[in-house]
Amino acid sequence: MWRRTFRATLRAGLGPGATGAVAGAPGARVGSCRFAGSDSEKAAGPSPGGRVSAELIEHLERLALVDFRNREGVARLQAAIEFAGQLRAVDTDGVEPMESVLEDRCLYLRADEVVEGSCAEDLLQNSQQTVEEYFVAPLGNITLPKQSEQHPVLKS
Amino acid sequence: MLGLSLREVSAALKQGQVSPMELCQKCLSLIKETKFLNAYITVAEEKALKQAEESEKRYEKGQALGVLDGIPVAVKDNFSTAGIETTCASSMLKGYIPPYNATVVQKLLDQGAVLLGKTNLDEFAMGSGSTDGIFGPVRNPWSYSKQYREKRKQSHHRADEDSNWLITGGSSGGSAAAVSAFTCFAALGSDTGGSTRNPAALCGLVGLKPTYGLVSRYGLIPLVNSMDVPGILTRCVDDAAIVLGVLAGHDPKDSTTTQDPVGPFILPILRDVSKLCIGIPKEYNVPELSSEMQAFWSKAADLFASKGAKVVEVSLPHTSYSIVCYHVLCTAEVASNMARFDGLEYGHRCNVNVSTEAMYAATRREGFNDVVRGRILSGNFFLLRENYDDYFVKAQKVRRLIANDFVKVFNSGVDVLLTPTTLSDAVPYLEFIKEDNRTRSAQDDIFTQSVNMAGLPAVNVPMALSSQGLPVGLQLIGRAFSDQQLLTVAKWFEEQVQFPVIQLQELVDNCPTFSQHEKLGLVSLKR
Repeated sequence: MWRRTFRATLRAGLGPGATGAVAGAPGARVGSCRFAGSDSEKAAGPSPGGRVSAELIEHLERLALVDFRNREGVARLQAAIEFAGQLRAVDTDGVEPMESVLEDRCLYLRADEVVEGSCAEDLLQNSQQTVEEYFVAPLGNITLPKQSEQHPVLKS
Repeated sequence: MLGLSLREVSAALKQGQVSPMELCQKCLSLIKETKFLNAYITVAEEKALKQAEESEKRYEKGQALGVLDGIPVAVKDNFSTAGIETTCASSMLKGYIPPYNATVVQKLLDQGAVLLGKTNLDEFAMGSGSTDGIFGPVRNPWSYSKQYREKRKQSHHRADEDSNWLITGGSSGGSAAAVSAFTCFAALGSDTGGSTRNPAALCGLVGLKPTYGLVSRYGLIPLVNSMDVPGILTRCVDDAAIVLGVLAGHDPKDSTTTQDPVGPFILPILRDVSKLCIGIPKEYNVPELSSEMQAFWSKAADLFASKGAKVVEVSLPHTSYSIVCYHVLCTAEVASNMARFDGLEYGHRCNVNVSTEAMYAATRREGFNDVVRGRILSGNFFLLRENYDDYFVKAQKVRRLIANDFVKVFNSGVDVLLTPTTLSDAVPYLEFIKEDNRTRSAQDDIFTQSVNMAGLPAVNVPMALSSQGLPVGLQLIGRAFSDQQLLTVAKWFEEQVQFPVIQLQELVDNCPTFSQHEKLGLVSLKR
């Protein structure tokens, strides 16, 4: 019965599913999916964000406020996108997205009563720059310069 | 003394065989002697001794708070601890001292537990080796065990000079190493994709991931809000149940905790398993599973069957997609959760003051390591408007399919699922780092992450030693909120397999603060 589980796989020497690349996919296997070319994308179906363009990189850096730093970072993103592309193979027609495993329950709401707080001093202590009871931030109305620009634009 | 179970040491404290101060001091000494394991980031020596002193006063008056009173414990460094630096092993939070305790930490302290310190982890709990934090990697105490060294025919040179030491697994590796090396009796970890069960398996410990919603996440620096849970690492199942009993329950500060009454988590002794149905998911038998692990898994199934339990093969058809689904959901939630680190209110802040955005960008560049940044960028990609449906919502749908797979199996009469926890026993650090973090996580989380997606309880129970003399553990998975039943089965299994105690004689011999009697006590089996 259940012993079949162990014997069958030993005989076949195959992993689960045709897309098989998932289970324990080493980095090399993902990389070999030729993400640089368009062939694999055509084969797998329409791929919305299959390739990482310079525009996309800049857009993501601006949104995330984190930079890729180097080619390795971009390659890593490419691999991550390729890896995620495997989801396309799953048939999810009529399936509702699951946001939380506790979706059948109501979230607990506390009564609107103040029971604690008044700890401004404790909270301010962790900040590097404060003035009285304010956290100090640099000017907010200056957008992050593009990578191509050498110096940030300064408003007078 | 340090090798005793929670109940035993608690009894010893009550009977005055040892005092909380003595116990605390012993643990602190051992932490110093095992510093090369790099299990602890912060040792709160003064605070711990003060707590021990207060506990001692309570014992003297006969007013012990409970089983945990005076017991040294450790907490993973992504739980907020008032007055104690909480770094998440990241430059972003170096020097950050929270003004409050996480609920689980507070619950331990309210029971009189002595908090020895904060343990090491992968940066922001991202990783499966406890190798990627700014304080360096954690070493598996089993690297220095007699059992392992004998198999490798190692000469008796100094333990800390060995360069081919093994990883603990991750990301709660520090907590695992701390418990495994007897420096504390229990430790808290966190479990988002297997981060408590993985190091438990590689360090020969019981690693419990409770049902999502059973234990409060308030104060746990979040990684993936819909999957994180605090995890418990102990040396035996009974201890895990004791700690769970203290931690479980509704928390008004965490609205995702269940409002239903929970517990008590007292484990009956299971004598008859004939009414038990164990499921073996066939899709978990992947080619990457080492043949030795497969043999242990098979042996465990045999064990249940031989004692009268019903053992059946079951199918979790979407298993092969779960790691991909986890990857998308995890990175998306991480991208969102890491947005709070901007340098303004807490944590690291760079010197750039040109604009808010420039300051944020530079702070985050300096504060996060490559792993974290990689996940943030991937997550943001999946959340882009043009990708949202194809990746994020798609992954949420696949998550439902995966959760439903489990529900179907449990509804068909299966009580508990039996699976491997890891692909093999612990590997050397030098081998582990040959692949990058994302690859390793994808490989190592294979048996554990689908449980987080379904929010189910799961526990690693150490089973036996591998041919290398290293621990091998198996995972038991139960249906949601069946933590007590799960642990009852785990306790039965533990009793059947009689996993050996780690023999750290050599390590202890190098430790001058223990008497000969105590050294013997550390390595003797309590059963």
